[in-house]
Amino acid sequence: MSDTGFLSARFRRGDMTPMEKIWQMSWSLLFWVSCIFAFGFAMLYSAGNGTDGPGSFQPWAIPQLIRFIIGLGMVTAIALIDVRLLLRYAYIFYAVVLVLLVAVDVKGIIGGGAQRWIDFGFINLQPSELMKPALVLALARYFHGVGTEEIGRPSILVVPIIMTMVPVALVVKQPDLGTALLIMASAGGLLFIAGIRMWKFGLAILGGIGAAWGVWPVLHDYQRNRVLTFLDPERDSLGAGYHILQSQIALGSGGLFGKGYLAGTQSHLNFLPERQTDFIFTMLAEELGMVGGLALLALYVIVLIYGYAIAFRCRHQFGRLVAMGLTTGFFLYFFINIAMVMGLLPVVGVTLPFISYGGTALLTLMLCVGLIMNVHVHRDVQMAMRGGFTDF
Amino acid sequence: MIITRDSDWTKMFTRRAAILGGTQAALVATLIGRMYYLQVIQSDKYKMLSDENRISTQLLPPPRGRILDRFGQPLAYNKQQFQVLVIPEQAPKISNTLDALAQLIDLSEHDRERIKKEVQRKRSFVPVTIKETLTWDEMSRIQVNAPDLPGIIIDEGLTRFYPQGDLASHLMGYVGAVDEDDLSGDPVLQLPGFKIGKDGAEKIYELTLRGKGGTKEVEVNAVGRSIRELERHEGESGNDVVLTIDERIQRFTAERLGGESAAVVVMDVHTGDLLAMVSNPSFDANAFSRGLTTEEWKGLIGNDHNPLINKVISGTYSPGSTFKLVVTLAALEHNVISPDQTLFCAGHDPKIPAFHCHKVHGSVSMVRAISTSCDVYFFEVARRLGPDKIAAMARRLGLGAVSGIGLPSEKVGLIPTEAWKKSARKGERWTPGETLNMGIGQGYVSVTPIQLATMVSRVANGSVAVKPRLVRPAISRNITTPVTEDEHVGGLESLDIPAEHLAILRQGMFDVINGPPGATTAMQFGRLRFKDPERKDWTMSGKTGTAAVRSFTPAEREQYKRNPDTLPWRLRDNAFFVCFAPSHAPRYAIAVAVEHVEIGGGGGATAAPIARDIMEEVLRLDPSHKPRVESEQVATAEGNHT
Repeated sequence: MSDTGFLSARFRRGDMTPMEKIWQMSWSLLFWVSCIFAFGFAMLYSAGNGTDGPGSFQPWAIPQLIRFIIGLGMVTAIALIDVRLLLRYAYIFYAVVLVLLVAVDVKGIIGGGAQRWIDFGFINLQPSELMKPALVLALARYFHGVGTEEIGRPSILVVPIIMTMVPVALVVKQPDLGTALLIMASAGGLLFIAGIRMWKFGLAILGGIGAAWGVWPVLHDYQRNRVLTFLDPERDSLGAGYHILQSQIALGSGGLFGKGYLAGTQSHLNFLPERQTDFIFTMLAEELGMVGGLALLALYVIVLIYGYAIAFRCRHQFGRLVAMGLTTGFFLYFFINIAMVMGLLPVVGVTLPFISYGGTALLTLMLCVGLIMNVHVHRDVQMAMRGGFTDF
Repeated sequence: MIITRDSDWTKMFTRRAAILGGTQAALVATLIGRMYYLQVIQSDKYKMLSDENRISTQLLPPPRGRILDRFGQPLAYNKQQFQVLVIPEQAPKISNTLDALAQLIDLSEHDRERIKKEVQRKRSFVPVTIKETLTWDEMSRIQVNAPDLPGIIIDEGLTRFYPQGDLASHLMGYVGAVDEDDLSGDPVLQLPGFKIGKDGAEKIYELTLRGKGGTKEVEVNAVGRSIRELERHEGESGNDVVLTIDERIQRFTAERLGGESAAVVVMDVHTGDLLAMVSNPSFDANAFSRGLTTEEWKGLIGNDHNPLINKVISGTYSPGSTFKLVVTLAALEHNVISPDQTLFCAGHDPKIPAFHCHKVHGSVSMVRAISTSCDVYFFEVARRLGPDKIAAMARRLGLGAVSGIGLPSEKVGLIPTEAWKKSARKGERWTPGETLNMGIGQGYVSVTPIQLATMVSRVANGSVAVKPRLVRPAISRNITTPVTEDEHVGGLESLDIPAEHLAILRQGMFDVINGPPGATTAMQFGRLRFKDPERKDWTMSGKTGTAAVRSFTPAEREQYKRNPDTLPWRLRDNAFFVCFAPSHAPRYAIAVAVEHVEIGGGGGATAAPIARDIMEEVLRLDPSHKPRVESEQVATAEGNHT
């Protein structure tokens, strides 16, 4: 430990041993993530129906725990990968996921119905989920080589916009507007961090609103309805209004301290839809009250701060962009879900990170944690613009 | 170069990250604000909505009060009943289950169709009734085979039961399903299967008997399935109604009447208590409660003895000679004839010879005119009085008005006056012959048996305006003191008929039964005395009456006399008898009306022996001087029945 100079030099060069890398991992970040998961585990236990009343490890809590443990292994494994390899293979990874997305679409067309996943036997993989980290990596790779003066050029935006819009279009076609918006928003966040001029964002947003405004009046009624239903899938059916109302009743009736663990009437008497996935926050807030909700938010904010801190500590642009992009995506995840169940946003299918039941979502999240961890471990590695070793 | 670029970039990154972080912080603050709004500010509202969601309030039907006789014998109570139901979600294949069940109990095609329809319409956890009122055998067969009958359950319920069968059915009425018109705002009426009184005492004391519905709060889930019971507020069960009827006398009377189409009222002359009120033939109220079959209904409707009509209050008859009580008192009051003055009966009216007497009586005084029921005497008296004075006395004695017991479909009858005829018959004038007819209780005069009982009670009790009473007042829990004269209803008006007048009338009525030969209707001499050795010294007083339903030509009369069987039942005379006993201290009055008696069987031959037998039984039991039983004993009495 006395030879810190030697060590830091090796850190800069990135040729650490696996044990050194494990030593460098942010175990406290994993601790907080595990705290969130533990919270989720407890809620999934509550969501399960036991033989006498609510509370069961099956069918949700235990499978999810197994996935989380696998996920922890994955985080470690990813953290050990040389960050330069990530940089080098970022585009290839992106391309592979894009192909999977197309495959899902093609399969959907052949199968005659909308499908979002590919069955690999052991897991139903949703490429749209994987696209989030893949796009972040690809965009980070792209902007890693772009200097501050180049960033002002409009031409620099062509490639990232194409890179973003192609998967977004594919996901929209599935149709999965929620995920598409999430992909677009996290890409936007990354572009913002990368240093795209503010006015260009303003212009894009205005342009988007303007386009919608201009096209709206010329649309036929059925087209408008299609769009509205698209934005809000269960619009004007009894369903959407009913679900969101029941969700608000559950939340509100929970009050400050909740109805007690396993004692959420709205949740357990089935007034609440999807209590193990999209509406799990509602059940949490019904049973544990505002106190429980705030506790979860606090945990999320802690993880968020870790993400920021890792981005700040990182010495290379690629790492910073990856960390910020993924952190922004993580924020959007829980923000949209909680805002949705509280009636602030329309119902879109976005799950609550680390809490909702679901394999792909959890493993994707663990993949993201792994990437952030990787950035953390390799924070001092000096990287050339195109991913080679920097020469001193 | 690289360093500069890097520091520029770092500066921008820091700035941008701060903006992003700030935005995210603001959005998290929005979430917290919304959480606060929903979970703290609006919490009460949502708590209420949440309870509304999960708590379903269900009504509990109150147990209906019983109907008891004066000594607590149950005449109507609720009996446990078993029904079989199926819970569709627990029966994997309904039709298989029904097939298996059909081996054990009768199940018609029609029933199966109905069950299938209900199963489709209702949620799968809602039980569907397969059959109500299972017999004990059927129930045990189902219980034994329960393992092979998935989804089948047996449920207990209460059903109205009349333990005395067809006894007093007219009086009790029956219960039936609630009609649209019955809905009065009481929510229990909306309960499926709830039954209310449809006739008789069940109907008029409906509110007393019904009680108040309770509620139970049940936690239900989103599809309405009950999860558990949260709270239960028992309603108030209905109060018992204690009738004045003595079940034993009621039964004795009904049995004594046998197959006659008849009506009998037994009444306490002081209190007005109706000790028996029998309309014969009767029907089984239980059949009404469970629903009549078509055959049963046709049988009741097609019977010319009109089992469905309560003849005591709805049968209107010309009272015949029993009406002479009224005419006698009117004559004395208006002093149209002195009691001692005799009139000569030559077998027909001296002025209108077409008006016959049933016999040639010779010279008759007032007492003898009553005891021999001499029509000629009363023709003359009526002529002297005129219809309006007779009518006034009839009304004072309770004729021509409803009894006030409140039973549905009571008839008023008719006490005619000159004015009545003018308005009812388009100005036709009252004829002298009609006065004569009225004098012997024929013609337009029409009364109900309960009015006759009231009339004779008022004569017997010393002209107090007693009214028939069906329900015992002040249903107290522990009355053990004998009900005697002190329960003698205070506040009843006197009719202001002088005692001497009543004495003359009662002497006549005494002689009808106990008079020397020749002073009474000879045929009946001695036969109407009590047979029971213990009551040999007791006597009763009464008056016979026979009323023609139709007037016959002399030729017809001859023919029917020779061949009585050729006279259709419907055209035969009605027989009446009114009486009270004991003669020296009247307590009980009886009015008997027997429809369409055989030729030669008038009031004296048919109605009077019935009255005598009943009176003997009434005197033996003497219900008015017996204490009521305590409520605990009532409960045991009921226990024996179930």
